[in-house]
Amino acid sequence: MKELAEPFSISQPAISKHLRVLERANLIERGRNAQLRPARLRAEPLRDVAEWLETYRRFWDVSFDRLDDYLSELRAKESQESHDRTDR
Amino acid sequence: MQQTSKLTVTLPNDLEIVLTRSFDAPKHLVFEAFTKCEHYARWWGLRDMTLAQCEMDFRVGGRWRRVLRMPDGSEHPFRGEFIEIVPTEKIVQTFVYDVEFIRDHPSIETMELTEEGGRTTLTATVRHKTKEARDGHLQSGMESGASESYDRLEELLAELQG
Repeated sequence: MKELAEPFSISQPAISKHLRVLERANLIERGRNAQLRPARLRAEPLRDVAEWLETYRRFWDVSFDRLDDYLSELRAKESQESHDRTDR
Repeated sequence: MQQTSKLTVTLPNDLEIVLTRSFDAPKHLVFEAFTKCEHYARWWGLRDMTLAQCEMDFRVGGRWRRVLRMPDGSEHPFRGEFIEIVPTEKIVQTFVYDVEFIRDHPSIETMELTEEGGRTTLTATVRHKTKEARDGHLQSGMESGASESYDRLEELLAELQG
C-alpha cells in the first residue's frame, strides 16, 4: 500500500479507500500475505464495458449522422415543394 | 462534412440511458423521420446494415416491427407499440429486442424534440423496468459478466467522485 501511495499526493487512508472500492468492483485482486496486501489489476471487466459503450454509441452516432444527411434531403424536397406551390 | 461526434450518451440513474443529439433541421422534419418505414430505411443502423423488414402503424396503440440485417446476413428483429404521440414533439413507444430471453424485458423509449433557431435537439430516454433489464440491454451482444462489471464501474465512479 505504501508503494501504491507513494506516487500520489493523497493520504494513505485515501488510497486505502480507493483500493477497497476497486476491490469490491472486482477490478483488482488482493492477496493476503501477513501485513502485505499486494494488489493486482483486473482489466478485463473495464475492457468489456468500454467495448459495449463503444458499440452502442457507434450505432447511434452513425445512425444520427445518416439521419442528418437524410434531413437535408427532406429539407431540400420540402423547400422545392413550397416553391412549386408559390409558382403556381 | 464529418465533425467531431455530436452525440452524447449518459446513464443518469440505474434504469435509464439518455441519448442527446442536435440536427440542422426543423423539428417537424426530424419527427417525420421517425414515423415511416421509408424514412427508417434511409438512416437507422450502421451504413453496412440494411432494413430487411419494416411495418409501422403510427398511431397510439399501433404496433411497429423492424428487422435489421447485418453484413454477415444475420438478422436482428425489434418490435414495439406506440404509447403516446404528440405531433412534431414527442413519441413514446415500447421497444423489444425480439430474441429469446431479451424479449421478456421491453423498455420504454421516450423521444422528445425541441427546436431553437431552426435547429432541433433530440433527447431519447430509454427506460427499463429493472436495473437488470437495462444491463441486459447494455450487454446484448456482449460477453456475460460485463453488466456486473458495468454496475460496479458505476459505483466505483460514484464513490471516487464523492
